Amino acid sequence: MATKPENLEALVQKKYTQGFVTEIEADTVAPGLNAEVIAFISHKKNEPRWLLDFRLKAYQQWLKMEQPKWAHVHYEPIDYQAISYYSAPRSVKDAPKSLDEVDPKLLETYAKLGIPLHEQKMLAGVAVDAVFDSVSVATTFKEKLAAAGVIFCSFSEAVHNHPDLVRQYLGSVVPIADNFYAALNSAVFTDGSFCYIPKNTRCPMELSTYFRINASKTGQFERTLIVAEEGSHVSYLEGCTAPMRDENQLHAAVVELIALDNAQIKYSTVQNWYPGDAEGKGGIYNFVTKRGDCRGRNSRISWTQVETGSAITWKYPGCILRGDNSVGEFYSVAVTNNYQQADTGTKMIHLGRNTRSTIIAKGISAGHGQNSYRGLVKIGNNAAGARNYTQCDSLLMGDKCGAHTFPYIETKNASAQVEHEATTSRINDDQLFYCRQRGISEEDAVNMIVNGFCRDVFKELPMEFAVEAQKLLSVTLEGAVG
Amino acid sequence: MLNIKNLHVSVDNKKILKGVDLAVHAGEVHAIMGPNGSGKSTLANVLAGREGYVITQGSITYLGKDLTVLPPEQRACEGIFLAFQYPVEIPGVNNVYMLKAALNAIRAYRGQGPLDAMEFLNLAREKARVVKMKDELLGRAVNEGFSGGEKKRNEIFQMAVLEPRLAILDETDSGLDIDALKIVAEGVNRLRSPDRAIILVTHYQRLLDYIIPDRVHVLSDGRIVKSGDRELALQLEEKGYDWVRGETAAA
Repeated sequence: MATKPENLEALVQKKYTQGFVTEIEADTVAPGLNAEVIAFISHKKNEPRWLLDFRLKAYQQWLKMEQPKWAHVHYEPIDYQAISYYSAPRSVKDAPKSLDEVDPKLLETYAKLGIPLHEQKMLAGVAVDAVFDSVSVATTFKEKLAAAGVIFCSFSEAVHNHPDLVRQYLGSVVPIADNFYAALNSAVFTDGSFCYIPKNTRCPMELSTYFRINASKTGQFERTLIVAEEGSHVSYLEGCTAPMRDENQLHAAVVELIALDNAQIKYSTVQNWYPGDAEGKGGIYNFVTKRGDCRGRNSRISWTQVETGSAITWKYPGCILRGDNSVGEFYSVAVTNNYQQADTGTKMIHLGRNTRSTIIAKGISAGHGQNSYRGLVKIGNNAAGARNYTQCDSLLMGDKCGAHTFPYIETKNASAQVEHEATTSRINDDQLFYCRQRGISEEDAVNMIVNGFCRDVFKELPMEFAVEAQKLLSVTLEGAVG
Repeated sequence: MLNIKNLHVSVDNKKILKGVDLAVHAGEVHAIMGPNGSGKSTLANVLAGREGYVITQGSITYLGKDLTVLPPEQRACEGIFLAFQYPVEIPGVNNVYMLKAALNAIRAYRGQGPLDAMEFLNLAREKARVVKMKDELLGRAVNEGFSGGEKKRNEIFQMAVLEPRLAILDETDSGLDIDALKIVAEGVNRLRSPDRAIILVTHYQRLLDYIIPDRVHVLSDGRIVKSGDRELALQLEEKGYDWVRGETAAA
């Protein structure tokens, strides 16, 4: 149902007239996607005109695009008209009243991960009247950031309070028509995070979405924009190790990072969305576009990801190494157990001189899991002296899973150096026996060996995240051997 | 402590041990010698509970328990330690971290509380001195990038920390130069005690110059064909394994 641009003006003025479920629950739009729905979202969020235009333009592009089919993943076609693109946070009366009403399996996992009780309630979506201690934590946190001049807020707030910054950078790294899911996100994104680090500022703390989670529900089409001005430095943590409950099956987020001269951005993700049950029913489709632009000289962007959740993961956090001497890094652990599928990797686009990139990807497959590394290293004409080092290691547990590697290398400059190393191994019986002979149980031995396999990536994570990631890995792979 | 009776073991349907009888008491050091392929390492692995070694006949009793039904980690918790002929490398796993996990697993089995990081580190440093192991090796990944001698020393270091009741050393002397051999032997000698037994599996007599065994057994073609005291090892050194083979054939 395409809308011609000339109709847009009328549309913007017009109130949303259809699709409400009832007048009382007027905050949920009926399933389906068209220009009116987009106008409704924009209107609901009280957005400026340019942002609505941005959305509608993306929508027009999206209509012409097709769902990508090249990834090594299989699933039933998604009916995009069956999805509701706007819904206010779940009403309190639908939420579980206490932890007694929450799936005991979920609670068991929380216990294993050592998550405090009040956080368990938050994660499980239990209705609570007051927001515990985290209010005071969040307040001190905000004061400290404000003192440093750092802006860290929800995307919606940024649109209203810092419109010029958002307008300048939004879509400048991931263009609206970059790919099918990015276009969809650009049309319908509901909220996300915005972060701006001023010139020559070192962000005084790790920024974490975790602190923001109470403020607004992130939703299934999340948008994140991080801008690091000249000489600034920021470390950003996304997600948390606890499995998050979510009714939405499709998640299509877009993350854009911009690093100017001498700026550094470190972006760490722990993704643990619901992976579906042991038979492969249900689970989140995580189709994410993440890209960083090393726009300035000597800038550096590092992606570190630990992907253990979701039924299907499709993501390639990349770096455009535009500035001379800029550095891109990608450290990844992707785990697929049961019937999970992951097609993940990175893109390193070398444009500037003496740009360098490092890729360390560790894939672990267990059960019937299918794990693919897909990575592009591209060296442009002018990228004299560019260097890349790629290392992909796969670990197989059991004989029904799969590991695949799809490296793409395109070089247009003869002075570039590109190295690629790949290994595939099984959990080694000799290593297992060695540990067990020392008194360590088989399960602990497996965890130890797998964690050792992932060490090169875990050591890139901020300390407390790394500890959680190890625990998460062992919970994810529970029962995978033996 | 250990009682092996008429033990028959096959690997991949090939008969390796063909009726081994052996009794080891607390406080004793036994040396098992024999030519290549006689079944020495098989015996060591069977005692530790390695998969793929099928017991077709006979019994192994350890401290009054049927050892054959216990999984490897439980045998370790019961005090059995195998110093590996070829210690494996475990990339990314810190040497001390693994050992601490091992010690605390064994302590938990015995109903003792875990040692914390500081207590453990002090213990580890003290024991590392016994085998003159560099501190630097403690913090490296398990056996990764260790020289042959360092790997063997690491085995003895682990043994010193875990303080087993029954230690089985599988060709720990192979590949060691004389200095390393002395250090390893000293480490083993320090562990000798009235409530501990040690089985040395070795091809050569020279280890027995430094660790004096109470009993020496010669394994040939899956059977113990001769047992004696230290003199037997010296005789073997002089006459070679053919001497034992010839003697048993003649008998």
